[in-house]
Amino acid sequence: MAVHVQDYLRMHKMPHIWCPGCGTGIALGAVVRAIHNVGYSRDEVIVITGIGCSARTNAIIDFNTFQTTHGRALSFATGFKLTRPEMKVVVITGDGDGAGIGGNHLIHTCRRNIDITTILINNSIYGMTGGQYSPLTPRGSYATTAPYGTVEPSFDICKLAEGAGATYVGRATAYHVTLLEQLVTKALKHEGFSLVEAITQCPIGYGRRNKMKSPTEMLKWQREHAVNVKAAAGMSPEQLEGKFLIGEFVNKTAPEYTKLYQKLIEDAQSKGAK
Amino acid sequence: MAKYIIEVRKNWCKSCGICIDFCPKGVLGFDTEGKAAVLDLESCTGCMMCEYRCPDYAIKVEGSESNEAAS
Ligand SMILES: Cc1ncc(C[n+]2csc(CCOP(=O)(O)OP(=O)(O)O)c2C)c(N)n1
Ligand code: SF4
Ligand SMILES: [Mg+2]
Repeated sequence: MAVHVQDYLRMHKMPHIWCPGCGTGIALGAVVRAIHNVGYSRDEVIVITGIGCSARTNAIIDFNTFQTTHGRALSFATGFKLTRPEMKVVVITGDGDGAGIGGNHLIHTCRRNIDITTILINNSIYGMTGGQYSPLTPRGSYATTAPYGTVEPSFDICKLAEGAGATYVGRATAYHVTLLEQLVTKALKHEGFSLVEAITQCPIGYGRRNKMKSPTEMLKWQREHAVNVKAAAGMSPEQLEGKFLIGEFVNKTAPEYTKLYQKLIEDAQSKGAK
Repeated sequence: MAKYIIEVRKNWCKSCGICIDFCPKGVLGFDTEGKAAVLDLESCTGCMMCEYRCPDYAIKVEGSESNEAAS
């Protein structure tokens, strides 16, 4: 039988708090269907978030949920996973939460290759606090903190995660919602640290200031600027100018942290450690 | 008879219009209160795109196997 996100919602929390046309709900829908696809029971999944509109995702979904402090979801998730390695740990973070204040935690969690599935909802802005630019805001964009446009280059968070040691990395958009569901499904099944970036629209905090008047316009922008990594292989640098890549970028195996840690404990205990 | 049933929870719909703008068959439109409404159910192909892209989970398409295909 077909699954509906409605089946996984805390009905008393609905309707949710996000603005009309916000992409956060679209990304969360894909995550919920992915968890359903993999066949996990509600009780074996924990969704951990930090702070932001993206972090409010866990208020409305009926799994074990834990909202932590700003940028620290991965740190709490690391502690949780080490004590309960049998649980399926999902972190949902934002571009500010995951790449800004929590960027340091992100790189070290990648480096450890701990079995956590992270979805970074990148709406190019600090949405919840009213539109300050983040490390993922495209250069030249307008924000409350960049009234004349930001001069900073942005991170490619997927490349950063790959460089830091993540073993599964991919990107999709709210427009490419079925691809997003597929990538999150694979990320959940993957053993090790996975990061899926979801490019979404924040019509209120970002779109209004950046000449995109409606959510539809922002989704069309995603459709027109995203190029699947497979198609990009046959394209020239000129054709790729101004575009960004979507699809699966990294899928490799490496020793997983909780398993290494468990082995360390067993080895030490066999030598008499208590 | 239509193959699919589309349910719209009007009290969750925030009138963003995404479902209307991206339905490939023009099945949806606004009602007099500016909420999403089913105007042409017969044309629905069950692609689920309105349900998947609705940020408010206000739409449910019943009778489609698309979910299984994606998994
Ligand atoms: C330690 C701390 N600093 C600052 C804040 C204020 N704050 C709340 S949400 C947020 C930005 C969130 O941005 P992002 O992660 O992109 O989430 P979005 O709202 O865009 O989904 C900030 C700076 C806070 N809550 N805690
Ligand atoms: S501020 Fe932006 S991200 Fe937050 S709910 Fe509104 S549209 Fe969504
Ligand atoms: Mg953000």
